[in-house]
Amino acid sequence: MSTGNNTNNETKISIRDLKLWYGDFEALHGIDLDILSGKVTAFIGPSGCGKSTFLRTMNRMNDRIPSCRIEGEILLEGQNIYAPEVDVVQLRTHVGMVFQKPNPFPKSIYENIAYAPRIHGLVNDGPDMDELVESSLRKASIWDEVKDKLQQPGTALSGGQQQRLCIARTIAVEPDVILMDEPCSALDPIATAKIEELMDELKKDYTIVIVTHNMQQAARVSDYTAYFYLGNVIEFADTHTIFTAPANQKTEDYITGRFG
Amino acid sequence: MNKTAEADIAMHTNNDAKMDTTTMANDLNNTEAGKTTPSFMNEHKSPHQRKRERADARFHFYGFAAIALALAFLVFFFVDIIGKALPAFDETEVLATIHYSEAASKNYNKAIDKKMRGVVSRAWLRSLPAYMKAHPELMGSSAELWVLADSRVDQYIKQHDGHGLKSKHRRTVDAMLKDGKIRTVFNTTLFTNGDSKLPEYAGILAASVGTVFTLLITMLVAVPIGVMTAIYLEEFAEDNRFTRMVEVNINNLAAIPSILYGLLGLAIFISFFGVPRSSALAGGLTLALMTLPVIIITTRAALRAVPESIREAAYGLGASNLQTAWHHVLPLAMPGILTGSIIGLAQAMGETAPLIIVGMMAYIPEAPTTILDATTVLPAQIYTWSTESMRGYGERTAAGILVLLAVLLSLNALAVKLRNRSQQSW
Repeated sequence: MSTGNNTNNETKISIRDLKLWYGDFEALHGIDLDILSGKVTAFIGPSGCGKSTFLRTMNRMNDRIPSCRIEGEILLEGQNIYAPEVDVVQLRTHVGMVFQKPNPFPKSIYENIAYAPRIHGLVNDGPDMDELVESSLRKASIWDEVKDKLQQPGTALSGGQQQRLCIARTIAVEPDVILMDEPCSALDPIATAKIEELMDELKKDYTIVIVTHNMQQAARVSDYTAYFYLGNVIEFADTHTIFTAPANQKTEDYITGRFG
Repeated sequence: MNKTAEADIAMHTNNDAKMDTTTMANDLNNTEAGKTTPSFMNEHKSPHQRKRERADARFHFYGFAAIALALAFLVFFFVDIIGKALPAFDETEVLATIHYSEAASKNYNKAIDKKMRGVVSRAWLRSLPAYMKAHPELMGSSAELWVLADSRVDQYIKQHDGHGLKSKHRRTVDAMLKDGKIRTVFNTTLFTNGDSKLPEYAGILAASVGTVFTLLITMLVAVPIGVMTAIYLEEFAEDNRFTRMVEVNINNLAAIPSILYGLLGLAIFISFFGVPRSSALAGGLTLALMTLPVIIITTRAALRAVPESIREAAYGLGASNLQTAWHHVLPLAMPGILTGSIIGLAQAMGETAPLIIVGMMAYIPEAPTTILDATTVLPAQIYTWSTESMRGYGERTAAGILVLLAVLLSLNALAVKLRNRSQQSW
């Protein structure tokens, strides 16, 4: 866990005064946040505080909800991803997502990985694809467990393996950012430990944003932590500061378990 | 209103509280008496518990009685139908001398001895001149052949009441039976002939071919349109006033009496587009109208059953709407869609009412060769036969029902099999 000097780090995503409504309900009230490149940023907060909603704005998964309306800017490497000329499909190859419940396609392990590179025309089927599948599975540290059963359905794996398969599937298209929406909430402690280990490995190549309910997890894996409460970011600082010397009383109440 | 409800709840709570105290008291009594049986043993049952158990038992009995009644109806139905239909799968043949003579080619009655007239099927005799024309080498010869018997003889041999065989023929038949000149064989006529005005010569071929043609058209029209509509509504359309209105109307269409679709078919396809009356095309299109809402509704249900997480996974990887629907949602919904389509088509297959209006309740002796030929369908054929007075038709009605039932049951079995295959976990 790095808590030291981060001033040299460049900003990957910068969020400026982001407001979000579901119909008439304002779920996010003007968020300002900078997510640094090559770091793990964790969002914590009680249920319904808007942290998952916020995460989903970063690859525009909220577009699928008809009543959802957004104001403000999200700049990915300086480019507003809500600008009209942005292609959402291409955006999602830059900002990948891992979901709460492992959701591999009910197809073979190989197909799970090969699907996205194929539809984006990154790699042709054949030896190149085999290589990409292998390297993606290796990066997600699941290769050794599945190398002999690539043609078996991904849904036949255990929960933890499925989630690592989903991570491998996400990194197969070489995104810049990986969003993780409570990736371990459906997993047992051993599987969780493996995913956390993996995140530490992945942050060398990718910027990771994770939503978690588990404060120990946030403390273990993240470099920066944002505490969300009722659609506002109450406090955002490096993880060490948040967990040892929070500036805000509400944050302290939450992390010490007096609230939430 | 609210107050009464609250009072009700309060009363219940009071009762429960009382009950609790009594049970506790019982427990105490037991301990005092030195008994060690815990309070969940039978002997401690409170009146409340007993009442609950009686209600359980009553409900169990009602459910069982309902199922038993339904099963009894079903068994009665099958026993009755099968009992009536089975004899129809046998037909009677008589050994007769056939004279291929010049006279016979002009008057088919001359082909057999006089006493055999009324014993041999008249419909079979009628087909003789055409046969002789096709085989001129037979002219002048005669042969002893097993030929189709008259329906009355058939019914007499099967010992059915009301066979209607005249007494002079009865004597002939009795004598022939003694000489072994009468036999019963498997009824192939039923499957190789179309309708006939003589029951022994009537079969389901024309109606079956008509049913196949009609259903093919229904399938080709209703399944693609229905499935596409459902995919559009479920995966692409925005949720606004217009789509909600479409939805409500589709649901309403599924509940419309089927005969109205016949009127619609008559007005659109026959009057406006000039599709020939009684044709498989007119019938198929009409049934397609009727089946469409069923297919749309079941397909939408199948699409909705695909978990949202699969769509999220695909969108999250940057798949487009079409790719998500086509690569991921549709394959998973396919068994459900097939089940719905099969059930919709099976329903269309058994339908008669709309087909009456487009003229498919017709006398069709020849199987249709194109979709524009006049044709009939199995249920219509069954209905036509059931209105005939001759005893032989009654038997064939039951046989037709049995064939139709067998096809429908196998279609439904296929649907169930597909549904079971789709019950995978993800």
